Amino acid sequence: MYGNDFAPPEDAPGGGLLGEVEAAEAALREAAARARRGGPAPDEDAEAYFADVIDADQKIEPRDWMPEAYRKTLIRQIAQHAHSEIIGMQPEGNWISRAPSLKRKAILLAKVQDEAGHGLYLYAAAETLGISRDELVELLLNGRQKYSSIFNYPTLTWADVGAIGWLVDGAAIVNQVPLCRCSYGPYARAMIRVCKEESFHQRQGYEILHTLAHGTEAQKAMAQDAVNRWWYPSLAMFGPPDGDSTHSAQSMAWKIKRFSNDELRQRFVDMCVGQAEVLGLTIPDPDLRFNEERQAYDYTQPDYDELMRVIKGNGPCNRERMAHRQRAHADGAWVREAATAYAAKRAEQKEAVAA
Amino acid sequence: MTTVFDFTLGLGDDALIAAQRLGEWTTRAPEMEEDIALANIALDQLGAARLLLTYAGELEGAGRDEDALAYLRGDREFRNCLLVELPNGDFAVTVAKLFFLAAWQLPLYTALAGCADERLAAIGAKARKESAYHLDHASLWMKRLGDGTDESHRRAQDAVDQVWPYVHELFVPAPGAPVDPATLRADVDATVAAVLDEATLTRPETSWAPGGGRDGVHTEHLSYLLAEMQVLHRAHPGARW
Repeated sequence: MYGNDFAPPEDAPGGGLLGEVEAAEAALREAAARARRGGPAPDEDAEAYFADVIDADQKIEPRDWMPEAYRKTLIRQIAQHAHSEIIGMQPEGNWISRAPSLKRKAILLAKVQDEAGHGLYLYAAAETLGISRDELVELLLNGRQKYSSIFNYPTLTWADVGAIGWLVDGAAIVNQVPLCRCSYGPYARAMIRVCKEESFHQRQGYEILHTLAHGTEAQKAMAQDAVNRWWYPSLAMFGPPDGDSTHSAQSMAWKIKRFSNDELRQRFVDMCVGQAEVLGLTIPDPDLRFNEERQAYDYTQPDYDELMRVIKGNGPCNRERMAHRQRAHADGAWVREAATAYAAKRAEQKEAVAA
Repeated sequence: MTTVFDFTLGLGDDALIAAQRLGEWTTRAPEMEEDIALANIALDQLGAARLLLTYAGELEGAGRDEDALAYLRGDREFRNCLLVELPNGDFAVTVAKLFFLAAWQLPLYTALAGCADERLAAIGAKARKESAYHLDHASLWMKRLGDGTDESHRRAQDAVDQVWPYVHELFVPAPGAPVDPATLRADVDATVAAVLDEATLTRPETSWAPGGGRDGVHTEHLSYLLAEMQVLHRAHPGARW
């Protein structure tokens, strides 16, 4: 009764992807059981050992030697992921006070709470690479590190909460499920945990849209309008097309990434079409059709110029999202200082007693 | 005489309005851990509210479910205490409100767990475990703020001064209710005194004791809170969500 208390409709998404997460978890256990060599042999250099671990599909762990560029790429990617969880609380948090039933309010509160938890979990994974959470938060607040472009779009109606769950969380899972097999152990393990909850969130969003699409005319129109606004920004979440993607090749060689942006985008489109049909909603792309030859859907690409504008800070809500985060951080400074001062006093007392 | 319906509705409204206020903190808390904690407590309060309002609707027998009670009553029909509807203020005000509420809800739900009404006893048994956590969390923050820096001490004392008068309403006698709140006073006072002492904070000397919430006479804040909470539900009469 306290939140996630509905039975998912049988046609709800998430099942197949969740299976992939579980398979990745099993593979992770097997890799660990294969008892990776404890370190480079006496006559072997660290670089060769690193390459060997990657080739054998085993995991790099925090104490292992790793190329500096590998470390930097991972810090950038994991931090951006963590920031996205934290900033991503805002568009949905916007509807907690106005959720239209107590059940929906409870589910939404639980979901936003999960996102904060994912953020903390990812910051902890990033910290294993030798950077502190405080430093990362600072990089977010001064705009030197990014978060996902999708959270710069506004949530204008309740249906947007459903569309975020279905499309945005759906895109996130398609993107993140392969990361469950990422070569860096702490990130792979974080992703397994995050993906399990995300897949649950996606089903919740789908269920909101399903209820709306089968409700009153006004509710159905609200659902369609939300899908119309969130479809292309969700496609853009996979990043620029492969030809323009700067980090892809190296990340794939290091087995951080497993599939290209365009491959994942295609997988997402193929997954959504059937689900939209069951919802009774239309995907806002007149050129969407099945291509027999490719056994995949042809679709209209998102506007990548818009994506670049949003990434550069000129989306509808970039300024608001950043200002909100900066304000919360600044307003809370006296509280964090109090906690630090109190802890120091307690530590002094303990020392005095011990002496 | 306070009927079981009045009593249940009052407790349900306390929890619902407290949840609504705590939910406003989401994405605004001083640190990420606290964002999670406040959402967690909001979720507990909302869970208790749903159980209590559902039961109140059944007791009333007029076909109102939790949503009808939450979304389709006006502010003169709400029965929550004034304490929970006060604005969040700064973090110290929120902590003080939560601290006094939890210090009262814990013995209340504990007593409820032993009452003759089986439904209320079950709700009390579940909710008291959560209240113990809320009280623990709020007590720790009272101490951190009260005995932290000069600035946090000043804010914490301001918060206690501001909120304390509203605590008296929690003990308005309710003869005939499954638990008479008047019987909780000594227990709550002892908890409050111990924590405030350790936090180097004092209760203000004032005889001002605002009340009226249990009779549906609220502060000016509640109507705005309800306007926001109910806007979408009321815009689509009869819709399912």
